Amino acid sequence: MRGESSEQVLNGQKIFEELFIIEGGNFNKAGEVASRIKVILKNMGIPDELVRRAALVAYESEINIVSYAKQGYMKLTVNPDLIMIESIDEGEGIVDIELAMQEGYSTANDRIREMGFGAGMGLCNIKNYSDYFDLRSKIGKGTYLKMIIESQQKNPKTE
Amino acid sequence: MELSSIINALSLRVVSGKDNLSNAVTGGYVGDLLSDVMGNGKSGDLWITRQVHQNIVAVASLKDLAGIVLVNNCEPAEDTIQKGVKEGIPIMISEMPGFDVAGKVYNLIKKDHHE
Ligand SMILES: Nc1ncnc2c1ncn2[C@@H]1O[C@H](COP(=O)(O)OP(=O)(O)OP(=O)(O)O)[C@@H](O)[C@H]1O
Ligand SMILES: [Mg+2]
Repeated sequence: MRGESSEQVLNGQKIFEELFIIEGGNFNKAGEVASRIKVILKNMGIPDELVRRAALVAYESEINIVSYAKQGYMKLTVNPDLIMIESIDEGEGIVDIELAMQEGYSTANDRIREMGFGAGMGLCNIKNYSDYFDLRSKIGKGTYLKMIIESQQKNPKTE
Repeated sequence: MELSSIINALSLRVVSGKDNLSNAVTGGYVGDLLSDVMGNGKSGDLWITRQVHQNIVAVASLKDLAGIVLVNNCEPAEDTIQKGVKEGIPIMISEMPGFDVAGKVYNLIKKDHHE
């Protein structure tokens, strides 16, 4: 699950990066990357509220990769200003992004629904809990998601 | 209010997270859809559900929930218990249906706030 992590200083700013691999279809491991990200952020001394929001967006995108893709990667970047989580997968892609963003819309199959997924709320959660997010997808190729949580909150979001 | 007080009052059977029964319960959330709980649950909530798949442990852990109550005597899957033990998440089982559990927990928390 873990890739390499690195810490570097750029223009006097400390930047932390770590890459994770996510296995499509493996629901026994689903959530492990989000848990790892939560521990890393907590150990950095980032406030609980921000850690929980980052863990949530990481979790929802991790579950979507496990549900709808063969394989995917997640990259965590932390600098003093923000927490950025990017996910990219090799999967079926999203046909209609606007539709997928609607609460309640889901193409989850029975197996996925039996485990409690498939409410069609994951992408809405990501939108609500991040300060910025960008979703791009190519049908039959895969999906890219970029989620940013700012350390200095201009518009504090409540949990 | 302390989780252990709720466990005693409702005679819940604890199957994991026995070291964390002093967790503070500040509210509750009822739901079987994981992303509903992810989006709408709050840290410190007691989660009342009949969802028994191991993914409930990750949700409770990521959201800093106080614990999980399985209703209607639902038995958690074996790997759910193992994960709960590993992550220190209290999983408890009630014989009552969700409506009764929620009502009782609600009243206990409300009473606790008034005292
Ligand atoms: N990475 C992805 N690859 C392909 N399709 C995706 C991906 N992420 C989301 N989708 C599509 O968008 C729909 C909505 O996603 P969303 O996460 O909001 O809900 P869900 O996964 O169906 O259910 P929930 O997240 O509530 O358990 C999915 O049902 C799926 O069709
Ligand atoms: Mg989803």
